[in-house]
Amino acid sequence: MIDLLTIFVLAVFVGFEVVSKVSTILHTPLMSGANAIHGVILVGAILITGSAESTLELVLGLLAVFLATVNVVGGFVVTDRMLEMFRK
Amino acid sequence: MIAQLMYLVAALCFILALKGLSSPKYARYGNFIGAFGMLVAVVTAYVHGVVHNGLWILLAVALGVVVGIPAARSVKMTAIPQMVALFNGVGGAAAALVALAEFFAVRDPGFLFLLATVLTVLIGSVSFSGSVVTFLKLQELMTTRPVLLPAGQQLAIAAGVSSVALCALVMTTEIGLLLWLLTIAGLVLGVLFVLPVGGADVPIAISLLNAFTGLAVAASGYVLANTLLIVAGTLVGASGTILTRLMAQAMGRSLANILFGAFKATTVAAQGEEQRTVKSGTVEDVAILLGYANNVVVVPGYGLAVAQAQHAARELVSQLEQRGVSVSYGIHPVAGRMPGHMNVLLAEADVPYEQLKELDDINPGITSVDVALVVGANDVVNPGARDEPSSPIYGMPIFDVDRAKSVVFMKRSMRPGFAGVDNELLYNPKTTLLFGDAKDSLTKLLAAVKQL
Repeated sequence: MIDLLTIFVLAVFVGFEVVSKVSTILHTPLMSGANAIHGVILVGAILITGSAESTLELVLGLLAVFLATVNVVGGFVVTDRMLEMFRK
Repeated sequence: MIAQLMYLVAALCFILALKGLSSPKYARYGNFIGAFGMLVAVVTAYVHGVVHNGLWILLAVALGVVVGIPAARSVKMTAIPQMVALFNGVGGAAAALVALAEFFAVRDPGFLFLLATVLTVLIGSVSFSGSVVTFLKLQELMTTRPVLLPAGQQLAIAAGVSSVALCALVMTTEIGLLLWLLTIAGLVLGVLFVLPVGGADVPIAISLLNAFTGLAVAASGYVLANTLLIVAGTLVGASGTILTRLMAQAMGRSLANILFGAFKATTVAAQGEEQRTVKSGTVEDVAILLGYANNVVVVPGYGLAVAQAQHAARELVSQLEQRGVSVSYGIHPVAGRMPGHMNVLLAEADVPYEQLKELDDINPGITSVDVALVVGANDVVNPGARDEPSSPIYGMPIFDVDRAKSVVFMKRSMRPGFAGVDNELLYNPKTTLLFGDAKDSLTKLLAAVKQL
């Protein structure tokens, strides 16, 4: 458990370090990009559903898979559309 | 072991994706790297973690793709904030669902597992319902003004207290029904939390909910003992926290004041109701003012985007530049409906990002600016925010356009801005008002400047 806590604390520092360097012009893409990244809950949803034993777990898991997928693909596509406009 | 390595690769990709955003030029590649990392992570999870229900999972993913991609492709840039709020909400919901499902799957939960579970469920459901209300506000499916329920504050406190109590109960009794009740309490809390947030403060609510979802995902990483979820969730939590803090600074208010300010009496003193004179000009007057200026600053607000006038504004600016006028855009951090929104809207209209200037770039040289052209903005140029301690927006950093040599204020009507505050700048003798739809007026201005 200490291992996980270590990872968490280090990630906090990396997160603050990286994000504080983001150009103010790109704050909206930052937020939608971060949005896409928290769609990584899809990994958790797949793991849960893949080992679900009861109908309840299956239903909850599949709903999570669906919602997380919307989150992931939507997030990355929207971010890409925005960043494309900034490339010039 | 291999799965862990793949997750590490994905985590690195996410960090690079965020790092890419430090320069507009390479940001898009960063996003590709992030998407690649996500693909690696998802394929790894599927290959290594799926014992059964594989087809069901693929079906749910396919359904998610079918819903998500067209929505993301068709959304207008003006509607990005709602979209982000919605994606944020479904992410929070997914995290809560994952924790719920894992709770019912695990036989002998330990203390930390239970703690992480209740936190994920609570934060995830707050984030979900809060984001949905934010979406409804931004989409104007409900009022954008703060909604003050009778005894709203007491209700929110009651929901908060019962949430904490339920967390403790779930952890001690491990009864599933209580976890469902906690979910409901979280949903109620999310609604009560966002309802009193006024329209202009919605960008803050979005940033904060973004941080919440990140934290919910990080907490779910503890539930599943999955390092990737912890790292990715924490990154998002950090980004949401930083943006929230920046937004609060840009409004010159504390976070607590923004979130709970509406609870207190915010009856804007209805002083100065008597008719006051304003100076309104014709398109030709303004064209002459602009065409013979040396130095112009355009301050766009959300009204510009609503009128879809970004392109018209850019054309007018190009025309002025051909005449040798030096033009820049003053972008307030809270212009638009989410952090950095106005930059996206102008980029869509092909405005080069070098021309987009911030408060600190514009204000020091404002006295040498010949014309400040305010298009569809209001609160971000309201001198009351600087000079009148009684003003509800007092303390918010503004563009000091009242110190420019002259001001042209393009307005649809005399209605006050999003925050509902009267603007002294309108009555300033230096100010010329140009009434009408922003796009319409800009197009006419362009024609008039060409005639000069």
